[in-house]
Amino acid sequence: MVSGILDFLWLVPALPLLGVILNGAIALFSERPLLLAEAAHGGHPAPAPYRKLVAFIGPAVVGAAFVVSLLSVIALAARSPHDRLFVQVLFPWIQAGGFSAPAALQLDPLSSVMILVVTGVGFLIHVYSVGYMSHEKAFARYFVYLNLFTFTMLTLVLGSNYLVMFVGWEGVGLCSYLLIGYWYEKKSASDAGKKAFIVNRIGDFGFILGLFLLFWTFGTVDYTEVFAKIPLLSASGVLTTEIATAITLLFFLGATGKSAQIPLYVWLPDAMEGPTPVSALIHAATMVTAGVYMVARSNALYLLSPVSMGVVAVVGAATAIFSATIGITQNDIKRVLAYSTVSQLGYMFLACGVGAFTAGIFHLMTHAFFKALLFLGSGSVIHALSGEQDMRKMGSLKKHLPITFTTMFIATLAIAGIPGLSGFFSKDEILWKAFSSPHGNIVLWAIGALAAGVTAFYMFRLVFLTFFGASRMEPQVEKHVHESPGSMTVPLMFLAVFSVIGGWVGIPEVLGGHNYFEEWLAPVFAQGAAGSHGAAHPPVALELGLMAGSVLVALCGIGLAYYLYRVRTEKPKKIAETVPVLYDVVYNKYYVDEIYDVVIVRRIVDGSVWLWKTFDAAFIDGIVNGVASLVRGAGDRLRRVQTGVVGNYAFSLLLGAVLIVGYILAR
Amino acid sequence: MMEPSAYLLLSGILFGIGVVGVVARKNVLIILMSVEIMLNGVNVAFIAVGSHLGDPTGSVFAFMVMTVAAAEAAVGLAILIAIYRLKETIDVTELSVLKW
Amino acid sequence: MERILFVIFGAIAVGGAILVVTRKHPMSSALYLILTLFAVAALFALRQAHFLAAIQVIVYAGAVVVLFIFVIMLVNVPENKLPVERATALRLLGVVAAGLFILEGAVLARRFLLPAGSGADAGSVQAVGKALFTDYLLAFEITSVLLLAAVIGAITLAKKKI
Repeated sequence: MVSGILDFLWLVPALPLLGVILNGAIALFSERPLLLAEAAHGGHPAPAPYRKLVAFIGPAVVGAAFVVSLLSVIALAARSPHDRLFVQVLFPWIQAGGFSAPAALQLDPLSSVMILVVTGVGFLIHVYSVGYMSHEKAFARYFVYLNLFTFTMLTLVLGSNYLVMFVGWEGVGLCSYLLIGYWYEKKSASDAGKKAFIVNRIGDFGFILGLFLLFWTFGTVDYTEVFAKIPLLSASGVLTTEIATAITLLFFLGATGKSAQIPLYVWLPDAMEGPTPVSALIHAATMVTAGVYMVARSNALYLLSPVSMGVVAVVGAATAIFSATIGITQNDIKRVLAYSTVSQLGYMFLACGVGAFTAGIFHLMTHAFFKALLFLGSGSVIHALSGEQDMRKMGSLKKHLPITFTTMFIATLAIAGIPGLSGFFSKDEILWKAFSSPHGNIVLWAIGALAAGVTAFYMFRLVFLTFFGASRMEPQVEKHVHESPGSMTVPLMFLAVFSVIGGWVGIPEVLGGHNYFEEWLAPVFAQGAAGSHGAAHPPVALELGLMAGSVLVALCGIGLAYYLYRVRTEKPKKIAETVPVLYDVVYNKYYVDEIYDVVIVRRIVDGSVWLWKTFDAAFIDGIVNGVASLVRGAGDRLRRVQTGVVGNYAFSLLLGAVLIVGYILAR
Repeated sequence: MMEPSAYLLLSGILFGIGVVGVVARKNVLIILMSVEIMLNGVNVAFIAVGSHLGDPTGSVFAFMVMTVAAAEAAVGLAILIAIYRLKETIDVTELSVLKW
Repeated sequence: MERILFVIFGAIAVGGAILVVTRKHPMSSALYLILTLFAVAALFALRQAHFLAAIQVIVYAGAVVVLFIFVIMLVNVPENKLPVERATALRLLGVVAAGLFILEGAVLARRFLLPAGSGADAGSVQAVGKALFTDYLLAFEITSVLLLAAVIGAITLAKKKI
């Protein structure tokens, strides 16, 4: 009875799709005419009854999907650990010769974690959006896009082959563009949307090439088939280390685009132009984690290539520290969180790069909880301050926004890695594995630990600037400060609870717990070399020592933030004045966008202009026009044969006759 | 009777002269007369071979050619008169409306 | 004997033809045309095609050329208004081409041999008449229709008012 629910796995992506259809119909037939009429006539919009319908359908479909997901995962858990793989073929999508890629869904421990996170956190964010977007005119359009995103994200994580994943991959990219540019009338927003899409596309190019190479080597794109063929093809010499490296590096290029790592992270900070719930859902909890999911799913391939593992780990660690340093100077509350997301994603890739795939997914899950909470909380703050996002104009909000403050503080403790909270367990496992795994080394650990300290620093800086101290708000803003409505604060509370207890499924043995999470994901990462049940069990003291070290670093970061932003609040400015060049560079994000613009974008634009002017206009048009003028010239000359004089025509006849008879005679 | 090959050569020569007249002269009347010479050359060939083979077909064909030549001369001259009334010229180079 | 007569009449025919083609005034050309036609009629007679020789004189020299002369006199272009004939490159080329054509014709004639002749009578009135009214009856009748069409056409085209 319980296992029968698995036959309804298709409902998980289908329900949000239903939301798209229903909300889309409403958006098209009720909202759009209203908005067009309003634009034509001006004036206040009439309270539209469709909004209530949309406000129900939008979150409801995702909530229903969550229920189905939960039941499906329970059904999966009821099976024995070796049997936890369920594939449901929806329809035979591509069938070409020997190659077949069916539209099929796969439920296994990894995808089960993903769908629970996506639908669970997604549902909370949908509910939050009802309150946050209540003043927006294009209410239905927002929910259409949000539901569409949920659908494509679920397709991505539930696909049973790389092609279905790719469909979802492209779909979430599209939805990201649509949602970042939600307020498309604003130029910066539509520019940010375009930037996100284009930068993603560069990564997608790598992904596609990797996909081709994968197909060419394996002849199939189905997960189970590909991973099963690895031993065979490695032995027969078809699957060399070089090919595995190429495939995995190309895939990783796609991951750097989608998950905002160096060098393709530049779109994520700009993506903050979108509504805050969008930032929470897409750019914190789910879409940006697609790259991590993809690497984790392909762990068998990555383990074949030490080079790729190294690249992933190094890029992850570098991104983590790089992005964290930018975060300490930013003044826009959402920008700080954006760079924080990039940094935390770096941690996830660091984990995958050292073979600790479970740790990476674990951090993905806990990060979803506290980062979504941080974003939603910041949304609550922005909403309370009538749109103010600059932290220099905040302060003393602790007493005005108690719920928001409490929940955000819990999230900050989690992200800083304070023991007992979810972030501590996941981040610590990553750092431990970075140190102890055969693929890891002490340098990676050191960078990770340093980044942890910086993270704690800038997060507490954010909290202190926003909630503590004297009010630096504008007077009009301060008059209207109010706590957010229930539709917004209740999701915050749920997420806060999960930020606390979310890590308790993965308490390491060294602290007396049982890592249920690792056990759950073991079948997927069976070849995982960095299992804690490896040959040599590292000394407990070392593990505890490192754990204490990272907590110490975090506390140092918090302490420094306290000193600079609560005790000696004039110090930060003095420091900035002491090293103006350094501060300037960091504040301007190391001028990476500007460098890209000059080195890459300008070159491409110049190249395009050259192609246009020289190649297209002069050469191609020249050829086309040249052919035309050639024909014209030839015609001009040839028509003079038609003299109209009979004698000339007779001569032509004669000539022809002479030639023909001559030819016959000559043969 | 002698061999027809000399007659055939003569026929060719007459035909060639007629062609020169059609190609090279501008006076329409002369062109028409050259056509008659061409047709005569053809008739010589027909008669020569026909009488060599003892077949009256040669004569019959020559007869037909003559008939057609007469008809064609009549109509051609009528057209010439009509054009002359219109354009006051019998110069073929001035009758080139169908030119480029 | 026959050979001598052939050469004489052949030369007259060719000479007359050349003169037809080269005269300035169409009247001169018409008169030389008569000469040529007569020479050709003689050649026909030489080949024992008496019927055709007679027809040649009666129809061609007697009717067609007379028609030509009528038209020349009717059109009556004065001497100074006759078209000026210049020796252009095209006309020279035309002469050359015609020469080539004749040459080719000669070669062709050389190459393709005729079967041996029979002495049968092929040109007498009886023979031709018989052939016309038996084997070639249809052609004969259609020819009369053709002539009718030509007559009507000529009259219509030459009228001042239709």
